[in-house]
Amino acid sequence: MMAQTRRKERLDRGIRVRTDGLYALMSWRELSYLTLPRVVLIFGVLALPFVMPSMYWQRVISIVCIYSFLAISFDLLAHFVGLVSLGGAFFVGVGSYLAAILNTSLGLPVALTIPISTVLGATICTALLLPCLPLRGVYFAIVTLMYPLALARVIEALNILGGTDGIMGVASFPSRWVEQYFMIGALLLFLFAIRRLVNLDLGLVLRAVKDNDQAVRASGMNVTFYKAIAVFIASAMGCLAGASLVHIYMWAGISQFALDFSILPIAATVIGGAGTLTGPLLGCFILVPISELLRAFGTLRIVFYSLILVGFIVFRSEGIMVYAQRKYHQFERWVKV
Amino acid sequence: MTREPILEVKELTKAFGGIMALHRVSFNVYEGEIVGIIGPNGSGKTTLINCITGFIKLSSGKVLFRGKDITGKAAHKIADMGITRTFQIMRPYYTLPAYKNLVIPLFSPRARRTGGWRGGGKLGDRNTVGIDILEEIGFERDSFVPYKLASTLPTGYLKRLELARCLALRPEIIFCDEVFSGLSMSEIASMVPLIERLQMDGITLVMIEHRLRELFRVANRVMVLNFGEKLMEGSAEEIMASEEVKEAYFGSEEVEEVMSHA
Ligand SMILES: Nc1ncnc2c1ncn2[C@@H]1O[C@H](COP(=O)(O)OP(=O)(O)OP(=O)(O)O)[C@@H](O)[C@H]1O
Ligand SMILES: [Mg+2]
Repeated sequence: MMAQTRRKERLDRGIRVRTDGLYALMSWRELSYLTLPRVVLIFGVLALPFVMPSMYWQRVISIVCIYSFLAISFDLLAHFVGLVSLGGAFFVGVGSYLAAILNTSLGLPVALTIPISTVLGATICTALLLPCLPLRGVYFAIVTLMYPLALARVIEALNILGGTDGIMGVASFPSRWVEQYFMIGALLLFLFAIRRLVNLDLGLVLRAVKDNDQAVRASGMNVTFYKAIAVFIASAMGCLAGASLVHIYMWAGISQFALDFSILPIAATVIGGAGTLTGPLLGCFILVPISELLRAFGTLRIVFYSLILVGFIVFRSEGIMVYAQRKYHQFERWVKV
Repeated sequence: MTREPILEVKELTKAFGGIMALHRVSFNVYEGEIVGIIGPNGSGKTTLINCITGFIKLSSGKVLFRGKDITGKAAHKIADMGITRTFQIMRPYYTLPAYKNLVIPLFSPRARRTGGWRGGGKLGDRNTVGIDILEEIGFERDSFVPYKLASTLPTGYLKRLELARCLALRPEIIFCDEVFSGLSMSEIASMVPLIERLQMDGITLVMIEHRLRELFRVANRVMVLNFGEKLMEGSAEEIMASEEVKEAYFGSEEVEEVMSHA
């Protein structure tokens, strides 16, 4: 049988960067090997507002960024801290209502509502999630799923914060250029900051919490505290996304607690490659436009959507980014066994 | 003795549902000692460590550290006071290289307080400090071993890594849960001087062991647990001479062998 006499061999590309970082500065080839993927990503994303054909698709860019924030936030918690969060909707909802209130009631401008909602929202979300942080297992997922459902019903039932009508008359971004470049800039900033964070000593501690929280406790560190830090960062990203969304739609309502914000980022993370942080972003750049294209099909798009997801899980469960990184860093060739 | 004990355990009791894992166990540990704890399987040795170090809640009793009540405190607070432990089932961070395993304890509040190092400072960052500690504990510095993933390390090194995690905190006490078991004779032979050196450095050690011969060589005092109760306490010679202990260990070949040497 052929299949058993041959196997695929993988070799690291012969690049000296791998052995010592300093070598990277000694040749253009190696320098570009290191920086090219980042440069392509950064300029690719920055160019998007120019290449989009219509107003409609330019709006989609902002929506993609919003989902990307949520996907990166999911990936950070799930892969680096071991907390499975279904809280996208929770973070977006809190962030958007805060921004709407700050803008309509206190009259704060967009330049203030977004940063304030980000920090204040993250504080609120972290405080509300604090009780389930010492617990292990599925509780965090359940609680993050429950909060947005509960909050939406509370707003509806008590008819507070605009009730089912929501809060209208929220200020928009000064222009669509500001809107898009703010979203893209903030997204790239957070992406690179989080990638840096997970490689710092603090990031190592977070990964250790996922790997083995008992050993972290035995090292004299409060596991709950470190989980809370991670949840704060993750919910800050979600609240930033929510606050931006409110200024894009100029309206806050209970649909901002919709489960789409929890589910789509997870699907994007699966497609893009869990644990890569860039992968989830790529996943959003694929999934969100597809779901826009399929809008005409109404609820039927869920079917297409599920097919794509199942296809990915079955055929490429590692995700695009992991696959691409491997191809980029390694040769593959068939060898006889 | 006139010295104040560094650790006092008073009437410690722990029940898991109906099972009495520990029943009114009391003992003292003095500074700089090596205390051995022995007992047949399931006699409650690990449970005793878990209760003292805060990993499980005890049912009743008291634990005092330097006269201060630490009963029921959170595990990380107890570790922060310098009471550290190894795990019987080793718990390294499998996805990290050995030396990176030590970055985590070195990042802890206690290590920052007591170690005097800051990441990237004059004393080197946490990576180099980690490699220094590993060398101290018997990893060959110029080999690849400190850089290997913890998941690929053999038992001997994992046991050392457990001890290294404690050392990173500059501990006052280390509770060792069976650091000799699973090791070959030669590995144990290289571990014994290490334990003795820790004692010389002023660290108090409480060692749970099934390898009695090696334990008796290093321990100043030995306590015997049986069915969750303290059977007796004394020097290695006294323990070996005791009929009660022989009975508790009845059938265990090693004990009979060790006893017959006595
Ligand atoms: N979490 C738990 N829940 C219920 N029972 C437990 C638990 N942990 C330990 N026990 C029981 O308590 C008793 C003492 O267990 P322990 O692990 O302390 O023994 P040990 O002396 O460390 O044994 P060994 O020498 O095999 O390590 C055993 O009967 C065990 O079944
Ligand atoms: Mg045990």
